[in-house]
Amino acid sequence: MKLIKQLTTVAASGLMVLGLGAGGAFAKTNLLVYTAIEADELSMFKKAFEADYPDINIKWVRDSTGIVTSKLMAEKANPKADIVWGLAATSLMMLGNEGYFQGYAPKGLDKLDKLYYDQVNNPPQWVGQRAWIASVCFNTVEAGKYKLPLPTSWADLTKPVYKGHVIMPNPNSSGTGFLDVSSWIQLMGEEKAWKYMDALHTNIARYTHSGSKPCKLAARGEIPIGISFAYRGAKSKNAGAPIEIIAPIEGIGWDLESFAIVKNTKNLKAARALADWSVTKKAMVIYNREYAVVAMPGIAKPVKNFPPGILSKMIKNDFAWAAKNRIRILNKWRDRYDAKSEPKKK
Amino acid sequence: MVPAVAHAAPAVVRHKVSSEDWIMRGVLGAIALYLLVAIVLPLYALLSKGFQDRDGNFTGLDNFTEFFTTPALSQSVANSLTISSISTVIVVSLAFVYAYALTRSCMAFKNLFKGIALIPILMPSLLPAISLIFMFGKQGFLTFLLFGNEIYGPIGIVMGEVIYVFPHVLMIIMIAMSMSDARLYEASQSLGAGPVRTFFTVTLPGIRYGLVSAGFVAFTLIITDFGVPKVVGGQYNVLATDVYKQVVGRQDFEMGAVVSMVLLVPAIIAFAADRILQRKQVAILTARAVPYAPTPSPRFDAIMTAFCALVGIVIVGILGVAMFASLVKFWPYNLSLTLAHYDFSLRDGGGWDSYINSVKMASWTAVIGTCVIFTGAYLVEKSKGFLAGRAAMQFLVMMPMAVPGLSLGLAYIFFFNHPDNPLNFLYHTLPILVICTITHFYTVSHLTAITALKQIDNEFESVSASLKVPFYKTFWRVTVPICVPAILDISMYLFVNAMTTVSAVVFLYSPDTALASVAVLNMDDAGEQASAAAMGVMIVLTAGAARLLHAVLTRGLARRTQAWRKR
Repeated sequence: MKLIKQLTTVAASGLMVLGLGAGGAFAKTNLLVYTAIEADELSMFKKAFEADYPDINIKWVRDSTGIVTSKLMAEKANPKADIVWGLAATSLMMLGNEGYFQGYAPKGLDKLDKLYYDQVNNPPQWVGQRAWIASVCFNTVEAGKYKLPLPTSWADLTKPVYKGHVIMPNPNSSGTGFLDVSSWIQLMGEEKAWKYMDALHTNIARYTHSGSKPCKLAARGEIPIGISFAYRGAKSKNAGAPIEIIAPIEGIGWDLESFAIVKNTKNLKAARALADWSVTKKAMVIYNREYAVVAMPGIAKPVKNFPPGILSKMIKNDFAWAAKNRIRILNKWRDRYDAKSEPKKK
Repeated sequence: MVPAVAHAAPAVVRHKVSSEDWIMRGVLGAIALYLLVAIVLPLYALLSKGFQDRDGNFTGLDNFTEFFTTPALSQSVANSLTISSISTVIVVSLAFVYAYALTRSCMAFKNLFKGIALIPILMPSLLPAISLIFMFGKQGFLTFLLFGNEIYGPIGIVMGEVIYVFPHVLMIIMIAMSMSDARLYEASQSLGAGPVRTFFTVTLPGIRYGLVSAGFVAFTLIITDFGVPKVVGGQYNVLATDVYKQVVGRQDFEMGAVVSMVLLVPAIIAFAADRILQRKQVAILTARAVPYAPTPSPRFDAIMTAFCALVGIVIVGILGVAMFASLVKFWPYNLSLTLAHYDFSLRDGGGWDSYINSVKMASWTAVIGTCVIFTGAYLVEKSKGFLAGRAAMQFLVMMPMAVPGLSLGLAYIFFFNHPDNPLNFLYHTLPILVICTITHFYTVSHLTAITALKQIDNEFESVSASLKVPFYKTFWRVTVPICVPAILDISMYLFVNAMTTVSAVVFLYSPDTALASVAVLNMDDAGEQASAAAMGVMIVLTAGAARLLHAVLTRGLARRTQAWRKR
């Protein structure tokens, strides 16, 4: 009997220690923010915003573009998020077509470049924060081993010398992957772009699920060439990876990290506060710490280790077209390339 | 003997339903209701999704037609079957020899080898895969062993799966092997059969059910595992990663539901076949059996030691490489040591909070799960009458075993996040993760409890009933103390699995409830392999510590509660 008593005590005290409740921060508004911004930047944004709005407490739901988008989609019937912040404009448009968001013109919207926010709806449903831009990471040490020349264009990557040395994200699971495919189609036209991808496909070692992974793999020397995005490349290079970051000469795809307020949010005031704050100069300066192109003209300063002239190489991106054709392109891509072991179907 | 009569009694003599029986039925009903909500209804939500289009209209078999006519999708079926079969054959062979060495040789360090073999149980399946990349990737130090082949693809998946399921298979085969009758071997010897002949006529037939059962368990675990192919699968698509890709990459929940239904088929077949075989298994050990005791044979023992050492080195090596990689600054260009990768705050996956959440979640799962599952098993096994209810229960508890974690997780989204569901408030909370995990691992825990309960004579219940002691007192004062070892085993099993599981919870965690195992996945996904390895190591250490605590507790409590077993 004594034993059982002891056990019960142990169990009971264990339960108390574990305590499910979070406690604390009662007076503050908890703002649930879904985001795809890289984890290492989030605490900085939270601190800066909460310094200006001390009665709001940001709670992040951070995941890659694909996962956040799918989470939002899954919760369509009963959205949890108050505001989506730092997610690809293409994804926001797709969700917007499902009636996910409410329009809002943040204070100071007029100071932004018109290219960078929703021009279809008024007030806009989504507002861009900064551009996230495709780039190629090239590991110089590994390239030396295989005697690979430095590629300068997308066309270069289809040369036989690079066979098996290139990795890119699978557009079916990564926003960056889709951005690449969509930019090639917009640059070259539908027919030529698929021909290009056929040629590239023979050089690809494998497709990854995440958009930042190809560059990280290149940084670690797992592969000489990774098609990824500039921010990831610069970050890895700063950390000491022997890589060059290349912006191919034909032009590079990009998407906007943007925000949109969820339709039936219970914290509309706080969500609007974050929206207002997000287009301020202060926020733009923070965006610029890691990203070279931000939505407010005249703010951006060059970022260390970004490829030079990246701004001029950004293509004219038709977001509406990309959002509308997304599923069709993804299906076609999957049927052509998704199973590398298979014979290719034309 | 007497218990048999007692068993048959309710069927013959009409059992009078007392108020006590109503309590039993009430509790049993509550647990059945739990299983209904935790597995049956979510599964229904998932299955119906497979027959709908995006807007929820019924479309019949359209989604399935699309699945089987899209080569990129249907190819995964063949791929999954291929790697699962190959891995199963390899792992069962290896585990067989290893178990043979542990039970039939006189080699030294048996306990050490047994301990080492169980290490992979403490890992999320992602971890061996991550280690394989450090060993055999382009920058691996063992890559030359692949002779120009790539680790990314079927080779890597097979290697990772073999390590991941090895302990599960080993345990089943060892149990089968330890039940052998030495008299058969003596007979074989005196009839002039050599060791080879004895092996094929006595040893193998004796354990054939165990082997087949091990094979089925391995096959099911492998085909439904998602961690290994996610990390080293490369372009080799399998069903488990396809579910993830459909849902996460394409937001195509309908197709995700279809793929997870296809994934259900082999799991259910394997499960059904195993159940049928189990029934055929007859007791080999009769009361007169003499346990087999191996005799020393220097040459044979040396070979067995060498084999076990080899397997042991691979397993320890996998863990060692993960630990080393988590401490290295920038693999492979800067091998100086650092603890920086253990600073999870700057990485994906929720930081150290996710680790704390995992420990919380695993503890809750262990405490609540053990209470619910053991009580349920007790009532199924010992209550009288109410045959329909008990039979229904027996069916319900078997269901979770056949449902892959990914399908379960997806089913939970559809069911619990539905706005009309009164349980909607659970969505995005720690309790839903606990419920999901308990359900996911319900079956094995239940079977463990049943095995322990079957050893207790039903006389206890009859005697206490005639002494007018309510059943719950008997339960608390007799059954629970006797079953302490089994109860500890169950909570241990639940805790370790809750720490390492990825598949079901990957769709269910929220910002406040990020988990360590999911963090490993997310960090690997983002290319932060070193931090992923670091979190994996934290999981192994925690699960290992829990295991040690379990060993100490078992020893201590067993001395106090199990003295009656000795004479």
